[in-house]
Amino acid sequence: MIPELGHFALALGVALGFAQAIIPLWGAHRRDIRLMQAAPALALGQFFAIAASFACLAWSNVVSDFSVLNVAENSNSLEPLVYKITGTWGNHEGSILFWCLILTLCGAAVAAFGGNLPSSLRARVIGVLGLAGVGFQLFCLLASDPFVRLWPPPVDGRDLNPLLQDPGLAMHPPILYTGYVGFAVPFAFAVAALLEGRIDAAWGRWVRPWTLAAWCFLTGGIALGSWWAYYELGWGGFWFWDPVENASLLPWLTGTALLHSALVVEKREALKVWTVLLAIGTFSFSLSGTFLVRSGILNSVHAFANDPARGVFILALLGLVIGGSLLLFALRAPMLSATGIFAPVSREGALVLNNILLCSITAVVTTGTMYPLFAELLLGEKLSVGAPFFNATVFPLAVPLFAAMSVGPVLSWKRADLGAALMKLWWAALVAAVVALVMATRARLLPDLAMAASAWLILGAFADIAERTRLFRIPLAASGRRLIGLSRSSFGTVIAHAGLGVTVAGIAAMSLASSSIVLLKPGQVAHVGGYDWQLADLHDVAGPNYMARAATIRVSRAGSLVTILAPERRNFPVQQITTTEAKISTNGLRDLYAVLGDERDGGAVLRLHVNPLAPWIWFGALIMAIGGAISLADRRLRVGAPTRKPVGAVAA
Amino acid sequence: MNRRILLMVPFAGVLVAGAGFLAMLEREQEGTFDPRAVPSQIINKPVPPFDLPGSPGFSSTDLRGRPIVVNFFASWCIPCVEEAPVLMALKAQGVPIYGIAYKDKPDATAAFLARNGDPYERLARDEPGRVAIDWGVYGVPETYLIDPQGIVRWRHVGPLTQDAVTAGLQPLLRRYA
Repeated sequence: MIPELGHFALALGVALGFAQAIIPLWGAHRRDIRLMQAAPALALGQFFAIAASFACLAWSNVVSDFSVLNVAENSNSLEPLVYKITGTWGNHEGSILFWCLILTLCGAAVAAFGGNLPSSLRARVIGVLGLAGVGFQLFCLLASDPFVRLWPPPVDGRDLNPLLQDPGLAMHPPILYTGYVGFAVPFAFAVAALLEGRIDAAWGRWVRPWTLAAWCFLTGGIALGSWWAYYELGWGGFWFWDPVENASLLPWLTGTALLHSALVVEKREALKVWTVLLAIGTFSFSLSGTFLVRSGILNSVHAFANDPARGVFILALLGLVIGGSLLLFALRAPMLSATGIFAPVSREGALVLNNILLCSITAVVTTGTMYPLFAELLLGEKLSVGAPFFNATVFPLAVPLFAAMSVGPVLSWKRADLGAALMKLWWAALVAAVVALVMATRARLLPDLAMAASAWLILGAFADIAERTRLFRIPLAASGRRLIGLSRSSFGTVIAHAGLGVTVAGIAAMSLASSSIVLLKPGQVAHVGGYDWQLADLHDVAGPNYMARAATIRVSRAGSLVTILAPERRNFPVQQITTTEAKISTNGLRDLYAVLGDERDGGAVLRLHVNPLAPWIWFGALIMAIGGAISLADRRLRVGAPTRKPVGAVAA
Repeated sequence: MNRRILLMVPFAGVLVAGAGFLAMLEREQEGTFDPRAVPSQIINKPVPPFDLPGSPGFSSTDLRGRPIVVNFFASWCIPCVEEAPVLMALKAQGVPIYGIAYKDKPDATAAFLARNGDPYERLARDEPGRVAIDWGVYGVPETYLIDPQGIVRWRHVGPLTQDAVTAGLQPLLRRYA
């Protein structure tokens, strides 16, 4: 009964989605206020329908209703409750439904918080969201129905993939999806602006908080995924330039560019066409990231589309959404004209440089990800593009980006004095140079530069604050008052930029990591990275739905015990999968990382790593996301959005 | 005018990329495009020399004179059960299929063939898996087509599907017949 209700709610959502796509857009076109006013109610209705549908699926998982094919294939009665719930989005059908849920949530959020939008813009934004949403809900309903019944029901389910039975990965998809799908809102604003034929500062101000929110989630989602790869896969690395990882990095790069260019639209009414293109491009990358990965073209691990019809359906949808919006862009963008002009050296100029560098990195990563596919398609050549290519192309582009990042925020709008701006940062530059010199003996050129860049970013951010509060030049109390008076968005900028510095430090320090694969018998000791690792014993552990073999490793330094690590190798009998549970001990400045491998001749193969500053990678991402959230809390973004000038004034 | 053309570029780019992806999906369906497949060194090369025991067993010199399908399988391999009907259908069409049981016990192989049907004209055992290494097999099942001169012409990794037979194997069988 419950699954049928879910199926019905999904169908209802599709019906409401069609209404949401057609009625407000038609109303905005005909300037019919009644039709436009229907938009918020339709968006909320669609959200409730899809939410009810998702709740039904989640319920079927929680009560282990194995007569539902999806539950039987991806759940098991022995699973802990939390994984029964998170398993709802841990498979193809459930994750597509979840994706649709977040998209309708975006529509509902625009309906709920968009009260101060002009009614035609709001109607068009909600209509475009409905148009995009209905396609994917149709996909869900027709090609990947999560409510298909199975008769007779099996006694027990096939269990969730053990790799996904992990708290980090349980939260990774919701956060990542919220980030991906959140970019649908700037996309809808961009398409609505193309339909309206105009963009002004108010548009920039409405778009920015949505972009910022999506960006925060995407940052968190990517970081969580990379953290999971670090501790769960047990390979000792954090980023592998895997196509799926690249697919999530691309919208992050363009989304970051969008965040900055929307600022120029808001403050200076320039870069309009570019910003619209970025908004469309970011969501296009998000869509490709979610669905191209699943069409089976890119990667087998995430590919669920064993049925080729699904792949074609997805491709057709992507073509309609991305191609349609870009065609509209090609036809309508010439109508958008810039009004603000600026000198090359100015805040706008720095933001343009940011956009150029971020988009160059995007282009490089896209090329590296797609080239092997097209080379095989067109030339029939097998080749693989891996970390060496990306490291050699991305980092040289990133270094000037980092260099400019600290300078940009201290430049003034319109026209700036570069010399004076650099003078404000002299002490940050000095420390960065010292770091570069000190590290030059220990690290290769790129990690050395990255270390210096990290110091430059973190200190540059503080220099910016020091400058704005006139620290040490006026009494401290006065500086304090200035600090409190600073806008939250300036704080957000500073914190996010410093956060990137922290991440860069963590990444650069990874090049100094030491690791070793050793075969130890109980009682024997290995020396790795300045620590003594003693294998104390090997024993069995029983888990709720797995059996594990665990090693006890006593790690000591200069005779005193530092920590005891107990890495495990878990065997999940239902899925016949063995996972490694790496164990990590961190003190914030370095990770001690141990993985248990196969056992041989009474001993065990252990992989031992000492990773300096590793936690900083994710800590920095968290700081970035917090910076974004603080900026989002800026009063100016929430209230008192500028009202629009009459149409005639902008129609230039 | 120039600006208009410039604004067309993103759309054109997506059009080209979309066409490329569509072609990839279609050719993937046919089995002629697999970005994940490790390239086979054996295609268009002579069969590596071997002589395997079995009932009656066969050697590399037996793979001559007509196009022959060689199938690596094992009783412990689940996808091999999946492809069994496809192989039986091939046998029904008169296509000669030689089987090589990979790292398998003879009685287990016999039980497997009794359960799922025996499509093999000749059956050989590769218990140590050495011949499979020479062929570059990296997992069972794998299926090969050997032309009348003993040259390997086609390789399919994973369970054989009807689509792969129709799109990949049949045209080659006709060409080398």
